[in-house]
Amino acid sequence: MKLQRKNRLRALSLGAVAVSGALALTACGSDDNGNGGKESGNPSASANTASIKCDDAKGQLLADGSSAQKNAIDAWVKAFSQACGVQINYKGGGSGAGVTAFTQGQVAFAGSDSALKPEEVTASKKICDGGQGIDLPMVGGPIAVGYNVPGVDNLVLDAPTLAKIFDSKITKWNDPAIAALNKGVKLPDLKIQAFHRSDESGTTDNFTKYLIATTPDNWKYSGGKAWQAKGGQSAPQSAGVAQQVKQTSGAIGYFELSYVKDGIKAVSIDTGASKPVAPSSESATADIAAAKVIGTGKDLSLQLDYKTKAEGAYPITLVTYEIVCDKGNKSDTLPATKAFLRYIASEDGQKVLPGIGYAPVPAEIIAKVRTTVEGLS
Amino acid sequence: MSNALVTDKRPSTLRAASLPKWTPWAIAAGSLALGIGISAAAGLGSSIQWGLIAAVLFVLGTYGIAARVEGRRQARDRVATSLVWVAFLIAVIPLVSLIWVTVARGAKVLDVYFLTHSMGVVADTEPGGGIYHAIIGSLEQVGLATLIGAPIGVLTAIYLVEYGRGRLAKAVTFFVDVMTGIPSIVAGLFILSLMLIFKMQPFGFAGSLALAILMMPVVVRSTEEMLKLVPNELREASLALGVPKWRTILKVVLPTSIGGITTGVMLAVARIAGETAPVLLLVFGNPFINNNPFEGAQASLPLYIYQQFANSAGSGAAYDRAWAASLTLIAFVMILNLVARGIARWKAPKTGR
Amino acid sequence: MDISTTTDVPPPASHSKAAEQKRAARGATRPGDRIFLGLSRGSGILLLAIMAAIAVFLTYRAALAISKDHANFLTTFEWNTNVLEPKFGIAVLVFGTIVSSVIAMAIAVPIAVAIALFITHYAPRRMSGPVAYVIDLLAAVPSIVYGLWGALVLVPHMNGLFGWLNDFFGWTGLFSWDEGAPRSMLTVGILLAIMILPIITNVSREVFRQVPRMHEEAALALGATRWEVVRMSVLPFGRSGVISASMLGLGRALGETMAVATVLSPSFDIQASLLNPGGGTFAQNIASKFSEANEFGRDALIASGLVLFVITLLVNGAARLIIARRAEYSGANA
Repeated sequence: MKLQRKNRLRALSLGAVAVSGALALTACGSDDNGNGGKESGNPSASANTASIKCDDAKGQLLADGSSAQKNAIDAWVKAFSQACGVQINYKGGGSGAGVTAFTQGQVAFAGSDSALKPEEVTASKKICDGGQGIDLPMVGGPIAVGYNVPGVDNLVLDAPTLAKIFDSKITKWNDPAIAALNKGVKLPDLKIQAFHRSDESGTTDNFTKYLIATTPDNWKYSGGKAWQAKGGQSAPQSAGVAQQVKQTSGAIGYFELSYVKDGIKAVSIDTGASKPVAPSSESATADIAAAKVIGTGKDLSLQLDYKTKAEGAYPITLVTYEIVCDKGNKSDTLPATKAFLRYIASEDGQKVLPGIGYAPVPAEIIAKVRTTVEGLS
Repeated sequence: MSNALVTDKRPSTLRAASLPKWTPWAIAAGSLALGIGISAAAGLGSSIQWGLIAAVLFVLGTYGIAARVEGRRQARDRVATSLVWVAFLIAVIPLVSLIWVTVARGAKVLDVYFLTHSMGVVADTEPGGGIYHAIIGSLEQVGLATLIGAPIGVLTAIYLVEYGRGRLAKAVTFFVDVMTGIPSIVAGLFILSLMLIFKMQPFGFAGSLALAILMMPVVVRSTEEMLKLVPNELREASLALGVPKWRTILKVVLPTSIGGITTGVMLAVARIAGETAPVLLLVFGNPFINNNPFEGAQASLPLYIYQQFANSAGSGAAYDRAWAASLTLIAFVMILNLVARGIARWKAPKTGR
Repeated sequence: MDISTTTDVPPPASHSKAAEQKRAARGATRPGDRIFLGLSRGSGILLLAIMAAIAVFLTYRAALAISKDHANFLTTFEWNTNVLEPKFGIAVLVFGTIVSSVIAMAIAVPIAVAIALFITHYAPRRMSGPVAYVIDLLAAVPSIVYGLWGALVLVPHMNGLFGWLNDFFGWTGLFSWDEGAPRSMLTVGILLAIMILPIITNVSREVFRQVPRMHEEAALALGATRWEVVRMSVLPFGRSGVISASMLGLGRALGETMAVATVLSPSFDIQASLLNPGGGTFAQNIASKFSEANEFGRDALIASGLVLFVITLLVNGAARLIIARRAEYSGANA
């Protein structure tokens, strides 16, 4: 009995140590690593924050959606939090997850690579009191086609060859169709390993939209977020595809421009312009400039020009939207949402984008976005 | 047996001839050399190739030599021994590699700064930031889940072993089995749909509930096994002294098996500490510190690892953070494991072996 | 704490001792007993209630999805839910889940048994303790870490093995390789084997430790070699234990998500060769489709989760049966 009591005492003291340890832990952490942190090498961090209007924004804002715009949001959040002290928690869980969370009323706004579908708009009316969900284009960007072929530094492809490669019709790097586009380049006798996304994604959607628009004869699929062609290999997330392209000799895959590094090179696209176009912030901007608004009312969803032949315009682009309620946003999150969206649509906000591999939204469209943001309620 | 006759020169001993101790090593070295030699001669480049040839040669050689000197039964014993060793070595390679890679890559950014700061506003692509918020989230969610799951699990196991007769016990046993098969994301979805009915925002405790659901069956199963190991004689002796059954359970049965039960609970905790999916759905994730599990989004270690990998944008900094967080998570689980083993050893009933 | 004070009162003398004991055994006479029984039965019932709620929820959502499926749920080689006429089926997932688990079991079970034997019977005493501890630890490594390691370390190292298998066994068709990245069912099987190896080893080791010393000593006294001791007294005693350990491992392999998702190159078709990328498993499919799925897509994934559920249930049921049989004839004090 005595022994047991002693044991119990020991167990108690163990528990006490654990609890006090946990308490001590809660006291010593810090959120403060904006500028006081170890290194902050990103140029976007030094964006001018003086012009941000905070109003009475406060508290924490939840948002979820497209992982394609996560890096842009990260940069904006950094500047905005420093100015207004609002914590913005954007989880790049994917467009679908974002829209679902939005229509369930879990987040203040969602990021999405594709505009709301009619049934999603209907679903959004449940949570937007007297209003509905609208798409606000905020970030544009190129989708790079990255490859890893030893000895080839400058690869040019056009839409039909891309379609055939990703549809497993062209299987060798020294195929005549590729050779014809790359005169003077010594192409190896290597199998092509084409990688696509295994998860559903807005990047896949936009990439296949491009193929459908430009070369419908070679790409006979209906498109969508899920990859439809047979054959080829797949990996989860842009990070997974990039990882595979890096590891596999003879690989090709599509992802955001920021993944083009460490042995991955980007394909230049032969659009019919005088020179093939490499993906970059500027070349994507040139293409997005031709976008047209097709949304009705306050909705500003865009139609991109995939068939562009303009000089220096990179045709495989995507525009990602922020989705909010036009009316009936939750009253406790409205001020912060409005202030944040106002900032990212502002000139200062859009100016951040080219530095981190994105393209700003064309001036006349962003002007419409600004008026819409001001009208949110 | 003719060999035995020949070597049996000393009639005073009953021991059969045996090979000297260094024989296995000699045979191993010989077959390795021969394997490489054959592969080189045949122009086979693959390392698997000569490894395989060497292994086959080794087994055949051991069997042949031992059979000649020591007899067939000894030879078989030697082959079995070498196979067991080979199996062990084969298994050790990936497991050691896993630990090595995690430690080597994780140690790069793991320091006090990393442990005491949150991600805050550090972008995923930038270096810096830390996992303090994720550690807090993990500790609170897993702690709350344990507070809910462990008592219910242990009590259910007591019911099944000590009281359980009849249809209810059968039904509970069956459904505990069913519960072990719940994919974790489904448990998360279940709680999510409840949350949506009550129009709740993501918060830490919701994750705890899903984790508790995942934990309960594991606790029930392991506790059940441990309670069954308690000899009936102990219970009978206690009951014969007129001690009420509930006191018998609390004072005799539980203390006898407490070591095993604790181990089971700790292993269940270790298992839920590594869950990503329910946390992703219910707790949302959060780059900032949130100490309150009952309000607002929180982070957690497995979710952090997943997000750093998926949203890295190819940035090495994010991969480093993912490995460092993995190392922290493994260390956390390891400490739990050590504690569980300590308690098990300390409390275990002293048996014959 | 008034429970303890009331029950400390000795039982009334009027009851005969036998009757008292009988009642105590039933456990519902004294208030303390009643409360304790109530508590433990209550948690059992609570568990049942949770389970029933989940079952109802799952079946309801799954039924919603399957009723709108424009293709046969069981035989379709497609998973397309985000369109007007959704088509999805689990044929590929059933195949992939079973194939990867079978590979994992074929590799892990013999090696795990060998390691368990190594720890209990072969290793030098000083070595067996640390080895046992490390294996214990590995059983608790979260699967996301296995996934990271699999994608970044294991996959690049599989090229050699795949080339070798293709050279020598390519003619069987089962091991032919088109030189894609080595992210196929075989890789998944191997990673799963590495993951479940510690689990099976742990349980088997415990079982082998329980072998009555007498059995082994008797065999040794008869002049048996070590292998004969293992074969004649250890393995027969531990057989059902090893089987239930394997079932435990199988259960984990069937439901594994992150590790499979990171090393498999999934597609909705079935590859004849184990080396060519393609296929998929239930849990992997749920994980990779979930983030972009809308309400309906989630329901469809839940329907597939329900099937996984049933498969796991069957495996667990089989394990239960085997353990029950063991309890019958081992004469252990249950």
